[in-house]
Amino acid sequence: MNQAVRETWSPALEADRMVLKELREAVGACMQCGTCTASCPNRHAMDITPRAMWRMIQFGMLDEILASRTFWMCSACYMCTLRCPRGLKLTSAMAALKRLAGIEGGRSARKNQAFYAAFMDDVEAHGRVQETSMMQRYFLKARDPMLPLSYVPLGVRMLGKGKVRMPGRGRGGVLRPLFAKAREMEGLS
Amino acid sequence: MKYAYYPGCSLTESAREFDVSTRLVMERLGVELVEIPDWTCCGASAAEPVSKLMHYALPARNLAIVEQEMADQGVTDVLAPCSACYLNLLKVDREVVGDRSLHGRVNEVLAASGLHYRGGVRVRHLLDVLKNDVGARIVEQKITDGLQGMRIAPYYGCQILRPYPVFDEPGRPVSMEPFIQAMGGEVHQWDMANRCCGASLMMGHAEVAIRSVADILSDAAGADAIVTVCPLCQMNLEAYQAKARRAGGQGVPVLYLTQLMGLAMGLSDKDMQLSANLTMTPAVRRGIAARAWAEPAPEDGEETGLNA
Ligand code: SF4
Ligand code: SF4
Repeated sequence: MNQAVRETWSPALEADRMVLKELREAVGACMQCGTCTASCPNRHAMDITPRAMWRMIQFGMLDEILASRTFWMCSACYMCTLRCPRGLKLTSAMAALKRLAGIEGGRSARKNQAFYAAFMDDVEAHGRVQETSMMQRYFLKARDPMLPLSYVPLGVRMLGKGKVRMPGRGRGGVLRPLFAKAREMEGLS
Repeated sequence: MKYAYYPGCSLTESAREFDVSTRLVMERLGVELVEIPDWTCCGASAAEPVSKLMHYALPARNLAIVEQEMADQGVTDVLAPCSACYLNLLKVDREVVGDRSLHGRVNEVLAASGLHYRGGVRVRHLLDVLKNDVGARIVEQKITDGLQGMRIAPYYGCQILRPYPVFDEPGRPVSMEPFIQAMGGEVHQWDMANRCCGASLMMGHAEVAIRSVADILSDAAGADAIVTVCPLCQMNLEAYQAKARRAGGQGVPVLYLTQLMGLAMGLSDKDMQLSANLTMTPAVRRGIAARAWAEPAPEDGEETGLNA
């Protein structure tokens, strides 16, 4: 999709532009020293280094950014944020990239966003996360038939240790008004 | 010493032993924990990738309840045992309060359920309270079953000192060491104490997270146990040890700091819910007992139990 078409037709445009603008401001002062990349424990799994990612944001290379797996590999360890000589909030920038990709949609984003989305749905429904029901949501969202199987051995061990609890109502929908308000304010549906 | 207690979701689910041991140990140390009424999830590491506003509003809701409903009990500090909860709560203090526009927006969300947060609550991690309000000296006085002969690797993980190093040096944290020594144990010096455990990458990209876990476990070689202060670190370090061993790591028991403290203070295995730990098999338990609680204490520990 070219830029003009996206800007005219994309329904998520407003939120999309907000995140991109925020990102540009967040990494605008990057001086490309590479400390962030050198600090990242997951850089081996990234296709674009964090340093190069900040440059692509400055250039507004949206399509290339969204095609990357780099930000999905961020485990929010805050090492880059701690060490950046410019004091940039890089972990927040990685999270903003996840949001941006989530708004844009697409198969890879849906799969990578599945866990976060399942977690938040469970919070919205119960007020507190219930691991069993959250994992069920995650399996549904990830749409990968092999995924639940890969958790069976751990599930069995956790059962044996009394770590598995049956989901209940939790706190009920106490957080629903907050979620609704935030959605309205952020222009997400 | 009285704190608003924020257990967080994990401590009511798979990490109950952390909740139970924290409450019992803190009680022994003369700390009163009052659970925040009707607290809700802080969003963990899942909120920020989904919604920026909810990332701040979820923890802020809990702080608002403390401010509105607990101030008259003389409670001004929140104590969180989970590192992710702690950071999310702390971020409200550091990133929302003081930013007028963001603060206004967060309060607009909170208003949807009749709440408002001014910014008057202090956020503390369990380890911060142990270090600065309780102190290792007090702990030492309560020790009945010392850990002599045991070598303990303190694992701090990421989010308790990054990005906000409130109570320790994030590059080389040491705040657990006086407590390990107060219990009579020896500190295992290692480089992986503040390395990321992979966190929620374990969901969806387990191969990446397991590489981190394997690195951590192999650096723990020579330690009798790792102690943690975060349910996610605990889960990642414990639950994937078989896979991590295949990736070059090795098996080692992982306990919550509070569980080990409770045992050293004479609380029972059952009180500390040791059987809930995935790495705590009967053989491992006997191995620890032989090292730390053998009667009489072993001379120069020749046992092989734990890592054999
Ligand atoms: S550490 Fe900071 S200044 Fe250096 S490349 Fe990374 S973001 Fe840019
Ligand atoms: S916060 Fe993310 S990008 Fe930064 S060092 Fe950690 S894993 Fe890498």
